[in-house]
Amino acid sequence: MSDFPTKTRCVVIGAGIVGNCLVGHLSDMGWDDIVLLDKGPLPNPGGSTGHASNFIFPCDHSKEIVDLTLDSQRQYEELGLQNTCGGIEVARTEERMEEFKRRMTSAKCWGIPSTLLTPAEVKELVPFISEDVILGGFYTPSVSAVDSLETGTQMRKRAQEAGHLQVFANTEVTDIETTNGKNKPKVSAVVTDRGRIECDTVVVACGVWSPRIAEMAGATIPLTPAVHQMADVGPFDVLVETQQELAYPIVRDMDTFCYERQTAGSMEVGSYAHRPILHRVEEIPSNDEAALSPTEMPFTADDFDQQMEEAIELMEFLGDGEIKYAINGLLSLTPDANPVLGPTVEVEDLWSAAAVWIKEGPGVGRLVAEWMTHGYPHLTDPHGADIARFYPQQRNVHHIEARCEEHFNKTYGIVHPREQWDSRRDVTTGPVKARTDALGAFYFEAGGWERPHWYQSNQDLVQNYGIQEREHEWDGRWWSPISDAEHLHLRDHAGIVDLSAFQIFEISGPGSLEYIEHMVVNKCDVKVGASIYTPVLNPSGGFRSDLTILRLGLERFRIITGAFDGGRDEYWFRHNMPGDGTVQFENRTNAVCTLGVWGPNAVDLLSALTESQLDQDAFPYGSCQEILLAGIPTEMFRVSYVGDSGFEIYTAMQHGLALWDAIAEAGQAFHLRPVGAAVYGTSGRIEKGYRLMGAELENEYTPVEAGLARPKVKAADFIGKADYLAARDDSPCAQLCVLSMNDLACEAGYNRFPMGSGNEPILSPTGERIVDAKGRVSRVTTAGNAPSVGKYLLMSYLPVELCAPGTELQVMYQNELYPVTVEATGPNLALFDPQNDRMKN
Amino acid sequence: MRVLVCVKRVPAPGSRINITPDGLNVDTSHLGFTTSPHEECAVEEATQIVEQHGGSVTVLTVGPPEAEEQLRYAASVGGNDFVLVVNDTGEDWDPQRTSTAIVEAIIDLENDAGEYDLILFGNESADAGGYQIGIKVAVALGRPAVNGIKGIDISGNTLTARREVDSGYEVYTLQAPAVLGVKEGINLPRYPTMKGRLASKKAQIDRRDSSTPPGPQQKVRLHQPEETVTETQVLGNGADAAAAVVDLLADLGVL
Repeated sequence: MSDFPTKTRCVVIGAGIVGNCLVGHLSDMGWDDIVLLDKGPLPNPGGSTGHASNFIFPCDHSKEIVDLTLDSQRQYEELGLQNTCGGIEVARTEERMEEFKRRMTSAKCWGIPSTLLTPAEVKELVPFISEDVILGGFYTPSVSAVDSLETGTQMRKRAQEAGHLQVFANTEVTDIETTNGKNKPKVSAVVTDRGRIECDTVVVACGVWSPRIAEMAGATIPLTPAVHQMADVGPFDVLVETQQELAYPIVRDMDTFCYERQTAGSMEVGSYAHRPILHRVEEIPSNDEAALSPTEMPFTADDFDQQMEEAIELMEFLGDGEIKYAINGLLSLTPDANPVLGPTVEVEDLWSAAAVWIKEGPGVGRLVAEWMTHGYPHLTDPHGADIARFYPQQRNVHHIEARCEEHFNKTYGIVHPREQWDSRRDVTTGPVKARTDALGAFYFEAGGWERPHWYQSNQDLVQNYGIQEREHEWDGRWWSPISDAEHLHLRDHAGIVDLSAFQIFEISGPGSLEYIEHMVVNKCDVKVGASIYTPVLNPSGGFRSDLTILRLGLERFRIITGAFDGGRDEYWFRHNMPGDGTVQFENRTNAVCTLGVWGPNAVDLLSALTESQLDQDAFPYGSCQEILLAGIPTEMFRVSYVGDSGFEIYTAMQHGLALWDAIAEAGQAFHLRPVGAAVYGTSGRIEKGYRLMGAELENEYTPVEAGLARPKVKAADFIGKADYLAARDDSPCAQLCVLSMNDLACEAGYNRFPMGSGNEPILSPTGERIVDAKGRVSRVTTAGNAPSVGKYLLMSYLPVELCAPGTELQVMYQNELYPVTVEATGPNLALFDPQNDRMKN
Repeated sequence: MRVLVCVKRVPAPGSRINITPDGLNVDTSHLGFTTSPHEECAVEEATQIVEQHGGSVTVLTVGPPEAEEQLRYAASVGGNDFVLVVNDTGEDWDPQRTSTAIVEAIIDLENDAGEYDLILFGNESADAGGYQIGIKVAVALGRPAVNGIKGIDISGNTLTARREVDSGYEVYTLQAPAVLGVKEGINLPRYPTMKGRLASKKAQIDRRDSSTPPGPQQKVRLHQPEETVTETQVLGNGADAAAAVVDLLADLGVL
């Protein structure tokens, strides 16, 4: 083909909803030399977009997903390719009705008009529904159906008409070539059956084929093709008579994991209830080999029979409809059910835009285009979808398939915010697990690591401190009163915390100081042995991370970051390393064990194990020293995330068990108890008002708004500095605040406990949403009991005019309103020991 | 009227059919299976005959245990009784062995419940395309047979069958019992309803073994015809495409 290009700036592989929308947005943002490839024909090349049901229920509990969905709806609407028909989720169980209250809360938070319906009200909207099998409905008038193929066509056309895009269908990618990049391989060309294209950037937007395409360059995209069954049934007079594509709201029968969607005279019945049916990429037939399309696999009817019975229960007439079309449609599942977006960790300038539903497609197109253009997206903080979130042990097919098998049937499930995985546990454990097992640790997974959340061995403390169980099962699920008891015991005596899951990186080399100054906000040119707690910003000045840095030598720094953030942080630090060899990066997570010991007895306890002086004068707060503890070499760091005196103690992984045993033995005289991460991560933290990445800290907010701006700005340049300076000069329109709940009692008379899962809105006294001048909604970012303060606390950003302590507001939880009061704002949000006497004196 | 329909489980491939490395079979590793299209029409025809004239439809297949899927599909659109003559050798039987197994089964079934007035086959199977099973069975049973049938009328014991030829139809009159091989187009097979599908789960399958010896025909190898590469060009959408369509038709000499 003479017109096939030999060179371009950017190759996008995959002309489904994502690839098409991406090229449209890239073109809008000034990318003027793009090539879009697909191995199939256009407009339907045979991927998942081609058989999608194309409906959008906008309400979700995740802010990130809702941001993408609402932006997608706006884009479909702008193109005139959206049919807003409304949608009803119906409940057959009381548990689902409770879930609908949670959905109402989310809907309120995101500003999506929704109402709860009685069965009779559902029947008014959907006259053919059997109202006797349902208990009620959750109705969202803005539910829509869209034309995803035409949307893709229009977006593609927009870029073509701008002269920015060349499109080649029926073009198979056979290789992605790489060359030596700055610190890792870099894409250099895409090889196809029509020729080779040199390029700077490649985006894999290939849906279920993405892993295979990325592998050509040596990168991983952790997803698996999985079956979603659906059948088109009809015709039915009641639908034919409407002479409309969609005359009735789309129904999601949530407890049977099915949906019923009118398609003109027929009804499309789809299911997420069948057994998980996962495929390997190599099992997907080519366009030529497929009887229908490659992603419309042969229907396995046995898997769908129960769903048919349940569909007939809900809509009796369906039984008489002919099954005209039925498929095992392939879609992409990831280990945590979120998309996989952003630059791949293994190969420079190779991007992933995969595992995306139709409802998020155009939004993802915009988001990835922003990311590629500006270095980070503005549409929403994508940390939940960032492909760098996965650790190596989570990128292999064994992990992917195990997790996807587990969560497939939760697609319409009721998933608790604290819900833990069953599969692939005990894959990553610290050196003290034998001891924590013996103490009855209840583990939560943290970035793949097993981390004790509370200890059954502390059950006696519950009675000692008089801690009550939570009355509502939902509030008490994945929670234990032991945690509050451990908290109070630590405040009274001492606690040891297994922090093996900490992610630890070491930076060394002659360029390390200059490099690390460039990476973070706060000054790193401190004396050896000092620490720096600092925000890490995106180029646009929003939070990318927050972490602690220890200066271990003149040219050696240790970075300590959270278990949920290590993958993204490692990518970011490696990505920005100079390529001249003056800086070395080493991930020492698997080599370093971290234990924490805090409480009024902590210093005395640890002093019993060493001849070194551990008092504040010899070992001031915020400093790090090499100390022998029971003869074991350690680095001790005087710091606290729980608000009490004590240390993070690092030792070689092989010494971890011996160190635990030595501390435990010495601790007997100091009433030492093991303390779980529920104290470390929530109750201890919230009493001190400490912020958490992914909760309070995200790209939408600046250090100024989070109360983390230091009085001075260092002279050295750093990523995001310009926007940071601008934020400091501006008056912030919102500030992070701590609020307390005035009354926990629900309408039924017992206490409820908001989760702090990000979807609970703070409302005005009259029940209105609170939105700041930048359009950001006030919502609970962390919630937790503060046993030492005697209050249940919430954290939330509020418009500055509402930040004054004493301001009375409300919080919505499970569709009920509770009065709250602003307690603190600004840099110091601590309600417990606000002067830090316990930590520093 | 008692009608027997013989069907075959065949792969449902796309435009490209892969062959196993030994060259002897269609590679079905990622394919679904269906009933040969002519035979789907045979089942529909039998169903319509019984709906019109009364009686019952028996659907019979010779195939692997998995061929139960095709019998249940038939059950979901109309059959009454279902017979699976199990071929568990892992390979297709040749036409002689297949037809012998069918004849044995028919004789047994007729001994038990009486003669079939009409035995329907598809004109040929979608995979092997041997065009001979129906004829062999008819010969063995001593019954009249016609292939290529696209229309059947029944009046008492008289069957009128129409066969499409280039210049029109050939019309055959047969006396029951008889054998007909029908072709796609004789009717438009109905789709199963959801209720039909669910009911088919309860259908009783009469499984039978066959001790028929292997036939003389041996498959040497399958040949993959050279692929013809075609490319589709979208001329436009809606009215905007009209000019391009006209130009193309002019180029082709149609206009």
